[in-house]
Formats: sequence, structure tokens, C-alpha cells
Amino acid sequence: MPGGPPSVGKVHELAITESIVDAIVEKIGDGPVAAVRLEIGRLSGVVTDSIRFCFEIVAGGTGLEGARLDIDEPSGRAYCRNCRLEFTLDDPIMLCDCGSADLDVLAGRELRIISVEVR
Amino acid sequence: MCSTCGCGGEDGSTRVTLVDGHTHDHTHDHDHAHDHPHDHGTRTVLLEQDILAKNDLLAAATRHRLTEHAITAINLMSSPGSGKTTLLERTITDLDGRRETLVIEGDQETWLDAQRIRSTGSKVVQINTGAGCHLDAQMLDRGLAELAPPDGSLVFVENVGNLVCPALFDLGEAARVVIISVTEGADKPAKYPYMFRTADLVLLNKIDLLPYVDFDVDLCLELIHRVKPDVELLPVSATRGDGLDAWHDWLANRSSAAAPRSEYPRRG
Ligand SMILES: Nc1nc2c(ncn2[C@@H]2O[C@H](COP(=O)(O)OP(=O)(O)OP(=O)(O)O)[C@@H](O)[C@H]2O)c(=O)[nH]1
Ligand SMILES: [Mg+2]
Ligand SMILES: [Zn+2]
Ligand SMILES: [Zn+2]
Repeated sequence: MPGGPPSVGKVHELAITESIVDAIVEKIGDGPVAAVRLEIGRLSGVVTDSIRFCFEIVAGGTGLEGARLDIDEPSGRAYCRNCRLEFTLDDPIMLCDCGSADLDVLAGRELRIISVEVR
Repeated sequence: MCSTCGCGGEDGSTRVTLVDGHTHDHTHDHDHAHDHPHDHGTRTVLLEQDILAKNDLLAAATRHRLTEHAITAINLMSSPGSGKTTLLERTITDLDGRRETLVIEGDQETWLDAQRIRSTGSKVVQINTGAGCHLDAQMLDRGLAELAPPDGSLVFVENVGNLVCPALFDLGEAARVVIISVTEGADKPAKYPYMFRTADLVLLNKIDLLPYVDFDVDLCLELIHRVKPDVELLPVSATRGDGLDAWHDWLANRSSAAAPRSEYPRRG
């Protein structure tokens, strides 16, 4: 399970945060940004607390400095090919109640920048 | 732009929509005061793009180019010390020049692994990631430009020893191989499911040590299958040689059959 205290030691969250800031600056330039809305699914492998922690560091000195981070965390949804049921799951070890691991993940892996509020 | 994989085009996955300054992203018929401070003076710009879009686009372009040149790139990932470099040394020696084999070594600080590979006679490029604990598509792209692998060759990419970060980054490789060794806990696949889920092949290494360690092979295999039901699994010993025939067979099957065309473009 991902989790635990946020730290820069989880460097993939740092790299993810850098990708977020770079992508936004590339799209909208250096103008001041009031808020950023992200979608980080619960099965994405990315810890949102770490993103928040890294964001303060990475955004410093850019137009995103001090911006509010709104993070939607969609639940995981999967379809079990064995019992043909659709169900929600937030555990990265994906197992249907029937015991099968033969699942199609329908949602929960999102890693998206939805929008920014530009001042 | 290539119609097969979409590579080579501009940033196609992004949609930029300017929403007028007085439009809100929530409906307007609610009862709170109209001078809601965060709404006015700001406008919402919809981006709706994958955070890793840039990485994934570049990876797709790399994959396409490698396929065109019949170059097979294998991304090797594991915890520190599971035996990536040892397996590479042994594999290169076993191949004995029957197929040109080149290596890209990802390492945070040192050149030690690259030197070990160099002494097998293989061409090797080192990528030092510094604080970064994984390779990304751009690093591989630069590494390949430096390596200039010939058509039809086999390129191994030793990722930084880490079971967390490399899981998220597509490099443009043909296949992803995750190594776990019997000196680690058998519960690794449960602790790092994201990594194991991206694997095309899992190698269970250091099986020569099984008599001396308390490692539940069945549990480990069960956990791997639970995380990724269709993954291939091979028990090996990179030092003693067990299972390496099967590894070579797997590699041969992975190798692209496409006819080589022209020289791999070298840049910089
Ligand atoms: N007994 C045994 N030892 C092995 C085997 N494979 C590797 N080792 C040993 O494990 C240690 C680490 O091997 P490396 O090949 O350096 O591991 P690595 O994954 O490249 O390590 P990093 O690059 O630091 O992440 C070395 O002492 C190897 O000799 C094996 O199959 N059996
Ligand atoms: Mg190594
Ligand atoms: Zn990383
Ligand atoms: Zn089921």
C-alpha cells in the first residue's frame, strides 16, 4: 500500500509534480495561477499528500507559487471477467470477492491535469 | 505524423479551452453571494491532459523508431542488488557476439555498473540521474542518441534500483522485466504491486541460494499472479546459470522480426 508520511524521498511524486508544473507553464505561460485542479486516481500509485508537499517546493518561483491545489481522487472501478460483475476497489492488490484477479480496471488510474484558474 | 502510433505530431492529447472570465466551473444558480472572491478576476483554463503526456508521447515515438530499426529494448527493473548487472554480464557473455548487445546504465551517482558492462566488451552508455530515482523517456531518448545502436541489435536498459518510481514511466521499451531475488521478502509483489503490474516478465533470481534462505517461492509466485495474472515467470540464477536457457528463449521471442532499414538516427 502506498502511504505513510509525505517526503521528498518518494521521488516519483517529485517528478510527477515537476511534470505538472512544467505542463502548466508550457500551456499558459508565467502568468499567476490561483488554483490547479488535478485528478489522481486511487489506483494510480501516486500519493496525493506527497504531491501537495512537493508542489509547494516545485511551484516556488513560478507563476504557480502559492496556488491552491484541488485534487479529485476517483475511486477504482473494475470489471471481473470471471463473475462478470463491476465493483469499486481502492486496494492496489486487485482481487474480486470471487477470488479472481482477472480484472479490467475501468477507473482509478487517472493522472490528469483538469484545469487551472488564472488570475 | 505516423498513423500507427500517433508519434511525431504535435502535442495531440491536449485541449486548451479558454473559458470567459465570468463563467464558473460550477452552476450559477446557487444562493451564495455573487462577489465570491475566488471566482472573479480569474478565468478557468481547461487543460484536461495526462500528467505524463509528454513522457508518454516521447516514449511512443521512441518505441516506433526502435521497431522500425528492429532494435529490441528491454527495461530491467528491480530493488537495489537483485542482480540486474550480474544478469546482464552473464547474458552478454552467453550471447557471445551472436547478437549485438548494447547497454544503457541508469544509476544515481556512480559509473561502477557501466564499467562492469564495459569489461564484457559491450558498448555502454551511462545515465546518471542524480537525485532522480528512475529513468524517463527523455533520458532513454538521449541515451539512445549517444549509444547509436545498430539495426537489429538488443539494447538492455538497467533502470535505477527502485521498485516504486520506474513503474510510472514508459521509456519506449519493447518489454519490461522485473527482477526479484530470493534474498528479498517473498511479499515484495504485494508491497510493490504497481511495479509488478507493469511487468511483461518477472525473473526470480538467486535461486541457487534457496537452500540457505527462508523464501516461500509458492507464496511469491501466487502474489505475482494476483497482481498480474498473465505475466510470465522464470526462476533463474544469474551466477550459477540456472534457467538462463529459458531467459534466452524469451529474449529471442521478443526480438523484433521487422527488417532493418536504415541507420539509427544519431543526434547531438
Ligand atoms: N548467489 C547469487 N548471487 C547473485 C546472483 N545474482 C547476483 N548476485 C549477487 O548480488 C549482488 C548484487 O548484484 P548486482 O548485479 O550488482 O545487482 P543490481 O541489481 O545490478 O544492483 P544495483 O545496480 O545496485 O541496483 C552481487 O554481489 C552479485 O554477485 C545470483 O543469481 N546468485
Ligand atoms: Mg546494477
Ligand atoms: Zn523516481
Ligand atoms: Zn469476480
